[in-house]
Amino acid sequence: MLSYLVTRLAQAVVVVFAMSVIVFVGVFAIGNPIDVMIDPGATQEIRQQMIEKYGFDQPLYVQYWTFLENVFQGDMGTSLVYNIPVIELVFSRFPATLELVLVAVGIAAVIGIPAGLWAGYRPESKSAKLIMALSVLGFSVPTFWIGMLLIMGFAVELGVLPSGGRGDVGSFLGISTSLATADGWSHIILPAINLSLFKMGLLIRLTRAGMVEAMSMDYVRFARAQGLPDNQIVFSHILRNISIPIVTVFGLELGSTLAFAVVTESVFTWPGVGKLIIDSIMQLDRPVMVSYLVLVVILFVFINLAVDLIYAWLDPRVRLKGGA
Amino acid sequence: MAEISTTPPVQVENPLEGRVERLRNFCSDFSQSKVALAALAVIIALFAVSFGAPIFSPQDPYDLAMLDWMDAFLEPGSEGSGGYIHILGTDNVGRDMLSAIFYGLRTSFMIGLSAGALALLVGICVGLTAAYFGGKIEAVLMRVVDLQLSMPAILLALVMISILGQGIMQIIMALVVAQYAYFARTTNGAAKVERSKDYIEAARSTPLPTHRVLFRHLLPNVMPPLIVVATVQVASAIALEATLSFLGVGLPLTEPSLGSLISNGFKYIHSDRYWLSIYPGIGLMIAVIAINLVGDQVRKVLDPRNSR
Repeated sequence: MLSYLVTRLAQAVVVVFAMSVIVFVGVFAIGNPIDVMIDPGATQEIRQQMIEKYGFDQPLYVQYWTFLENVFQGDMGTSLVYNIPVIELVFSRFPATLELVLVAVGIAAVIGIPAGLWAGYRPESKSAKLIMALSVLGFSVPTFWIGMLLIMGFAVELGVLPSGGRGDVGSFLGISTSLATADGWSHIILPAINLSLFKMGLLIRLTRAGMVEAMSMDYVRFARAQGLPDNQIVFSHILRNISIPIVTVFGLELGSTLAFAVVTESVFTWPGVGKLIIDSIMQLDRPVMVSYLVLVVILFVFINLAVDLIYAWLDPRVRLKGGA
Repeated sequence: MAEISTTPPVQVENPLEGRVERLRNFCSDFSQSKVALAALAVIIALFAVSFGAPIFSPQDPYDLAMLDWMDAFLEPGSEGSGGYIHILGTDNVGRDMLSAIFYGLRTSFMIGLSAGALALLVGICVGLTAAYFGGKIEAVLMRVVDLQLSMPAILLALVMISILGQGIMQIIMALVVAQYAYFARTTNGAAKVERSKDYIEAARSTPLPTHRVLFRHLLPNVMPPLIVVATVQVASAIALEATLSFLGVGLPLTEPSLGSLISNGFKYIHSDRYWLSIYPGIGLMIAVIAINLVGDQVRKVLDPRNSR
């Protein structure tokens, strides 16, 4: 167990380093941020000062080394556009993304799992087929397009919900979140539904597949023969057995939901990190691009690690092998 | 290694005849599903109108001489200064929406197909190389592939876009990087199964060059699952490109795909000019869903568990 953990951690560190080099070199090979930052009318002297200030005159490996040194001191550079430290910028935007993702994942689970259970319980029924058809829609229709339809329907035509922004931010247990105010909820509901649809489709399919398989298992037949009512069989026997793959995929999907929030946030002008990265790509804000991408890679590597560990813990049959 | 096959020797037919027979079986199995047939018809129709866009569309939407500011924001069904009816209305510079959608669809298909084909090629090479050589080479290659698979495609595409910049070639590159891993994983999985079979063992023991064994003996037998992945990946490449263009980091409006059309229409969403964004979106949705439905049926037909 310990050797497995050490190997995986070492691999994770190597991956993060490799990615940081790729992203750093790649991002710094394109465009010239000086042209973006400095007023074209500036004198040569001011220009030179700016270039020296940001270290753009140094060779690339020196710039990378400086970047690494600063990262280890908790400094990921300063945004060229906002002129505040990147770390501060990202973390000021992160709560908004996190609350959006949590609400979306919550919606997906509350609707997706029961719907999937039902679709697997009565696979031949009309309602089950309808659920499956809808889950295919959730998969194949692009997120931004559904988001746009939601805005058109609920914000423009019906005028019942706001079309963008985060709304009032209240304070709850010392955390400022829009989940603490009614206005905040009215702002979060559309983007959260939008973000949840893909996940919901996935959950429905997973749960249904598990359910269909479990229904023909011996333990279910024995439970039936015992005279247990169906709802007890489903909720206390089957659900427990099919929860392992559901939890695993769900964990992995949490990370991808964070990434997909990029799309939803742009559609609903939600002020999270996803919107930040799109803006920074368009404005050539290199430090923000590099830091965001490196941070997300770190996040992913560790989510994967955590899911593997949880999997092993939930299912003792899984043996962890070093370096596997 | 020296296992003796217990199955009786198969009568070797004319290989061409066998192929025609299989193709015929495939077609009849495929047409079992009316939905899939309809979807296939839709795809063919969309292909026709998009690649024949200069013939079918009433206007060349990117010939600036044909645009008239007076025609801007015409509602669907109204007649413009060109003397014909704009069935789907016009956009903010007086462009006929129907024509713009045909042309946009063409760009989307082109990007989706070329990204899919390139990703297939790269994926096959990586997957086959890994499976054939095994050992350290396989471990490293597949480790990288798995790492990519664990990250969402849109994130990888964003990384590539930040590195490469914007434009058609850059988008295709980004999509290939984001998607080849699916092909590599599938190829590798199928090839590993085939690798242990006798005919590969036999082919390897002959003095045939490695690439011949790989591409003439191993590859044809791992094709069925790859075809399935390919249809799904083309659909998702089209959707992904539309997403990137919608976000404003994909194609510029001078080379519009469906995504950039929707993005342009999205600006007018609050002024009740729904046709600017709704119709290209419907076009995109129909294309993606039709490809997915066809892919679904192909998967059912090629699934070895279904073979009779």
